[in-house]
Amino acid sequence: MNLRRDVFQAIADPTRRAILLLLATQAMTAGAIASNFNTARPTVSKHLQILTECELLGQEQNGREIYYHLNAQNMKEVADFLEPFRKMWDERFNKLEAIMEKYKTKK
Amino acid sequence: MEAKTKVSAQEGQQELVITRTFDLPLELLFKAYTEPEIVAQWMGTKVIKLENKKHGSWQFETSDAKGNVAFQAHGTIHDFVPNQKIIRTFEMENAPFDVQLEFLEFEALTEHTSKLRMQVVYKSAAHRDQMLKLPFSQGINRAHNRLQDIMNTLK
Repeated sequence: MNLRRDVFQAIADPTRRAILLLLATQAMTAGAIASNFNTARPTVSKHLQILTECELLGQEQNGREIYYHLNAQNMKEVADFLEPFRKMWDERFNKLEAIMEKYKTKK
Repeated sequence: MEAKTKVSAQEGQQELVITRTFDLPLELLFKAYTEPEIVAQWMGTKVIKLENKKHGSWQFETSDAKGNVAFQAHGTIHDFVPNQKIIRTFEMENAPFDVQLEFLEFEALTEHTSKLRMQVVYKSAAHRDQMLKLPFSQGINRAHNRLQDIMNTLK
């Protein structure tokens, strides 16, 4: 099985991307996730299943409820989050550098 | 080539460290952090208040294209030593994130280059991970919006 390709296929779907976005800041139950969409509950369950199968989501049992969370447990996932964060700061600092260049020549 | 900006975030810790080398003399790098009109340019925000002194405070506000306030943040300056360090807090307004503590250390490498080390301490490891994920989720959001735009043109 080509896991990499599966991951790309998984995030190619807008609903699945929206689910990832929802779970970016908190863990949620399938019901709570489904309430954010107009699609039928079984459709959302299918999306959750696909995202879980390619390890983008993890599940955690809490009493009778199953909570889904973004699978940031292993280092590779953290590295995935790290890169957009690093890029945001890199772009910001590049801008700072470019702006200050002008002050350099003024001296 | 080695990246000029580096982020170090150890698993399970509630802090992260951002380091960056600049092709700028130390004084110019520091100036970029202290002159409100320069901060406004590179941060892309309106600087409402920026008191660079011990017990000072700061306040930023960003508006969207329609002029609606989209982002507000504020904090206090705990320590301020020109060309050396700034210790401050950062908190977003109307957002479910707790205040964070920032240690900024400025250092001259050569006459023309300098380095910034920014250590950010969060309330918990989970809070740090949330903040780390923000640009990632915004990236997903942007990709989503782009896709939506493309789909709209096909309608």
